Amino acid sequence: MTKENLMGTINETSAWQDITVGGHVYGAGNSEFFNTGDWRVRTPVWDAGKCKQCLLCYPVCPDSSIPAENGKRLDFDFDHCKGCAICARVCPFGAISVVAVGEEAAR
Amino acid sequence: MIEIRWHGRGGQGAKTAALLLADAAFETGLHVQGFPEYGPERMGAPITAYNRLSDGPIRIHSNIYNPDLVVVVDETLLKSVDVAAGLKDTGKLLVNTNSDPESVLRSFPGVKGDIWVIDAMDISIRTIGRNLPNTPLLSAVVRLTGIMGEEAFFKNMEKAFGEKFARKREVIEGNMRAVKEAWASVLQINEQARGKDV
Amino acid sequence: MSRKDRMSGNQAVATAIRQINPDVIAAFPITPSTEIPQYVSSFKAEGLIDTEFIAVESEHSAMSACIGASAAGVRAMTATSSAGMALMYELLYVAASDRLPIVMAAVNRALTGPININADHSDSMGARDSGWIQIYSENAQEAYDNMLMAHRIAEHPDVLLPVMICQDGFITSHAIENIIIEDDEPVRAFVGEYNPPKHLLNPSESLGVGPYSVSAFYMEMKRKQFEAMNSARAVISDVSKDFGARIGRRYGMFEAYRMEDAEMAVLLMSSSAGTGKDAVDALRAKGVKAGLVKLRVFRPFPAKELADVFRGVKALGIMDKSDGFSGNGGPLGAEVRAALCGRPGGAKTCNYVFGLGGRDIRVDDFHVIFGELKGMIDGKQLPDCRYIGVRG
Repeated sequence: MTKENLMGTINETSAWQDITVGGHVYGAGNSEFFNTGDWRVRTPVWDAGKCKQCLLCYPVCPDSSIPAENGKRLDFDFDHCKGCAICARVCPFGAISVVAVGEEAAR
Repeated sequence: MIEIRWHGRGGQGAKTAALLLADAAFETGLHVQGFPEYGPERMGAPITAYNRLSDGPIRIHSNIYNPDLVVVVDETLLKSVDVAAGLKDTGKLLVNTNSDPESVLRSFPGVKGDIWVIDAMDISIRTIGRNLPNTPLLSAVVRLTGIMGEEAFFKNMEKAFGEKFARKREVIEGNMRAVKEAWASVLQINEQARGKDV
Repeated sequence: MSRKDRMSGNQAVATAIRQINPDVIAAFPITPSTEIPQYVSSFKAEGLIDTEFIAVESEHSAMSACIGASAAGVRAMTATSSAGMALMYELLYVAASDRLPIVMAAVNRALTGPININADHSDSMGARDSGWIQIYSENAQEAYDNMLMAHRIAEHPDVLLPVMICQDGFITSHAIENIIIEDDEPVRAFVGEYNPPKHLLNPSESLGVGPYSVSAFYMEMKRKQFEAMNSARAVISDVSKDFGARIGRRYGMFEAYRMEDAEMAVLLMSSSAGTGKDAVDALRAKGVKAGLVKLRVFRPFPAKELADVFRGVKALGIMDKSDGFSGNGGPLGAEVRAALCGRPGGAKTCNYVFGLGGRDIRVDDFHVIFGELKGMIDGKQLPDCRYIGVRG
């Protein structure tokens, strides 16, 4: 699927000439261009040592912010994670903890 | 331009007659208008339909207030509708009736134009087998307007019926008899008309 | 090639639709436009068109289906009148802001209150701010011709706006009149194929239509619509010129009838224009410098061009077939006066509300209006707005 990344260039400073006719949205998956990670007030912290790679967290993330490759999850996509912490709730192994933004390093 | 006003009752086909006349006149190369005045459409309620027939394009889009010809499809309307309203002094009034001419004339004391009658019900029952006054009325109207000669009109109608009732020879024949009888039997009944030629 | 025929305005529009052979028609019956989808469905049954006919349960759904179909990349059309159009109002704005080139056959009928089935312009005037292009037709011929031009205007890349082709209910929609019908081939060549570069059903390129528009974007979207409506002027003019060159009947934004040296004039739309022309001719025969402007394109509104044509006019009667209930008259009155304001020319104006709910307007009524305009030139004061053809 071709993706016209026009959406990445249209933002709240765009002139009327530069937005699309009818506000049509070209290409799918445009949420990628919106860094909703900015909205986060709580941050999930992944403990790779405790993680058994059961992947229960992967499908419940509402923002598709838990990337996975070859059957294994990676660390969070913090550009898009909003910190809802649903992943921490479903994790049976206590591998995800939640801390206030700015306190990640302390852990 | 010839302006015609039809008075009938909902369901009697005055609108259809006006559209048929527009069709027939169109075939002669005239510019035509045929339109009904629409209101609440109730069977039996008085309705009005109109025709304009002209050599040139017709621009006007209003009802007709000073007709050259008034056609009364149902004579019971004479009691409730001023059918002759605005009829030109040189105009004609055609009534579908089986009443005697004297009583018809009594309905139009002030009318200066020519008054004509036809018994379209009788003609249609005898020729078509049902009370369908449109065909004989159309024939009478064409004769009174002079838009087509006898021969041309009969030919035109034969073609029209032929297309409409392609497989019903007897229907075509009945309708053609109605057309011809009506053409011959439409009658002037007032004094002013005496001696005039249509 | 063309042929002489006679048919009603509804038949004429249906004939145009048959020749255009749109991909989708979604419609719900309402007097006096009902015959149009009725004819279209019989064309479909006879195999004359391969249009998808969507019988919907309301006009709201009819316009919704048109929006979906148009977004999917096909030609979508509908027909409606009066309350049916009112039930579409919400979606009319959506069609325009989504920039979908839908074409509607509008058969003007009074809006209910009190209920009435006859002609006036209150239905389409209620949609005047919806972002649709509005073109009004005097007779069956114009309704046919305007319909043949509609898609070229709507689908032009500089425009991409929906178009409604209006005619007066019953007065022309149900009146048999002479008309010239063009052959199918040249019509289809004129209308052309519709191949939008982007559409919803393209599997190789995804597209979203009708997104929520936050305050940060809403005004830019409207500014873009404003631009499209402005661009429509040139496109309507070009398409009309091409139609004139290829088909032979010529149209502008409006028709100026005997306006060259006119001292007084009336402006109006649709079927009564011809009636007014008869009055103008009668006055001209007596040496009175009367003229008439029949507005064809109401949206976009040709303000500057109208101001130019009325520059030498001393008294102008602006005739509205709907009352805007501003207390000052109808929408045409307001817009024409706004067009004249601040531009050269000093015509005195009176706004006449006429023909509501099918009230007949006669040549004599035009003579009354012209008589009053003459009075205005002679210094007599007229109210800003008055009803003509009303008892009392």
